[in-house]
Amino acid sequence: MDIPSIDSGPIWLSLQLAGVTVGLLLVFATPVAWWLAHTRSRFRVVVEAVVALPLVLPPTVLGFYLLILLGPNGWVGGPVQALTGSVLSFSFTGLVFASMLYSLPFVVQPLHSAFESVGKIPMETAQSLGASRLDAFFTVISPLARRGYLTAIVLGFAHTLGEFGVVLMVGGNIPGKTKVISIEIYDRVEVMEYAQAHILSAGLLLFSFFVLVMVYTVNRRLPVQVT
Amino acid sequence: MTHLLEAKFKITYPEFSLDVDLNLPAKGVTVVFGPSGSGKSTLLRCLSGLERAPSGFLKLDDQVWQDEGIFIPIHQRKIGSVFQESRLFPHLNIQGNLLYGYQRTPLVERNLHLDEVVQVLGLGSLLKRYPEKLSGGERQRVAIGRALLTSPNLLLMDEPLASLDMQRKAEIIPFIKKIKDEFETPIIYVTHSMNEVLQLVETMVILNSGKVVNWGPVEEVFSDVQLRDAVGDGQLGAVLETTVSEHDDKFGLTRLDFMGQVLSVPKQNIPMGKKLRVHIHSKDVSLATAAPVGATSVLNILKAKVGKIGAIDPNGYSVDIELDAGRPILATITRKSLSNLNLQIGQPIFAHIKAIKMVHEMDT
Repeated sequence: MDIPSIDSGPIWLSLQLAGVTVGLLLVFATPVAWWLAHTRSRFRVVVEAVVALPLVLPPTVLGFYLLILLGPNGWVGGPVQALTGSVLSFSFTGLVFASMLYSLPFVVQPLHSAFESVGKIPMETAQSLGASRLDAFFTVISPLARRGYLTAIVLGFAHTLGEFGVVLMVGGNIPGKTKVISIEIYDRVEVMEYAQAHILSAGLLLFSFFVLVMVYTVNRRLPVQVT
Repeated sequence: MTHLLEAKFKITYPEFSLDVDLNLPAKGVTVVFGPSGSGKSTLLRCLSGLERAPSGFLKLDDQVWQDEGIFIPIHQRKIGSVFQESRLFPHLNIQGNLLYGYQRTPLVERNLHLDEVVQVLGLGSLLKRYPEKLSGGERQRVAIGRALLTSPNLLLMDEPLASLDMQRKAEIIPFIKKIKDEFETPIIYVTHSMNEVLQLVETMVILNSGKVVNWGPVEEVFSDVQLRDAVGDGQLGAVLETTVSEHDDKFGLTRLDFMGQVLSVPKQNIPMGKKLRVHIHSKDVSLATAAPVGATSVLNILKAKVGKIGAIDPNGYSVDIELDAGRPILATITRKSLSNLNLQIGQPIFAHIKAIKMVHEMDT
């Protein structure tokens, strides 16, 4: 039996996309999650709802608005094109932007609950020992919230790998640029190349499964915080 | 060395308000005493900068930490804090915890170092261990050491022993005394335990319902007829400073000299000439207008004069009397007795002391 040839391009692209997306999301989601965990502002519910929107919206709705937003005449795409000369829609950068929105709740929510369970006291204690807020965050809060970070990274990564609708709408299907695994699978199925589709699908399935097993194992092993 | 602490805070919450204006010499241990909900912890949070009272003033010696338009953030105040729970960082070992604040203290300001703090607090064998492996008492010692290692100008302790059992408490108090003696850091210590007060205090501040009721040296402050609300029934009474004058092996007693009179207490293993602090509950003092004619089982009878007659208690049957025996002593008697004895201010009186509850050696 012939081993079906697999184009590794979409796999690498997917991994790259997921990596960059999660990296940027951690930077962006940390302050949002921190704010949500500690604010008493009445806008909190609004922000929580906005963050959770990608969970309930059909990816096509999100993709449609992103396409308009990122397009040459969009609020984001227009100025970016004017500044850099490159179009956001149907580009890798555009995909990263879309993925960040799409995976936002998967990163914000674990961090939010981690910060909530860490509570205010470690921050106050570190400050009373002479640490600035930022210093205290990196030396005390983030190590205490490491379970939350691990969950956020893994869920964000896996979820970005698996997205389809948004990517298709915003990125199109450009080999080497925006063609990621999930779309490659769709393409293979369309042209009846089930063998290739199987390999990619099973790969994604196993990857997701092992990643989740790993998360749950590590989460169990990390000591429960005692104060 | 005495530091001068000026603190003025006004802060209002829906169900509670704090309104204090303190100007006190911070030396040794100053205890903030009062019933729960009296504002002790809020006062400490205002001092440390965890709470910002909208109108406040805070100054230690010549450093202004809060004034109109000035609010030095908590991490820039040279204040160490110890809380009821140890609040150690679970991800750092004991050495890491101890050094957390030390490493964040500028080199020139470090006047306490790891070795001496570890030695004084007996932490040597714990350094490589993690907080979760330590007993409650050990954790609290580490927390105290960690705060000291920031070389603070003021150490705030908010009921540091409240979560420990009697045995652990007894284990830690000597360490706090040692800190007082060996390092010159003034300590502000919040508690509602009379036991801790007697063992540690020089100066005390009594808070009730967010207001300072009285403050000053413990012997003077405590024998105030106004204190019933703030101190609580079971603890109301006089704190007296006495000197060990004689040991009576035959009857197992130690005699104490108090303003030229004698008090006998169960035998203490303390050399003569040493100072002892005793606490006499007001309920253990009864009054007689004449010296006993027949024999009495009461050993301790002090000659005094009637000082002040205080307010009647909420139940309406007893009243607190302040006696002058060189130092004030409090007696709680019934209103009926007050009427029977027909007490007049300045009248000589015999105070029968049925029990002396607590005896503590003072470090001098």
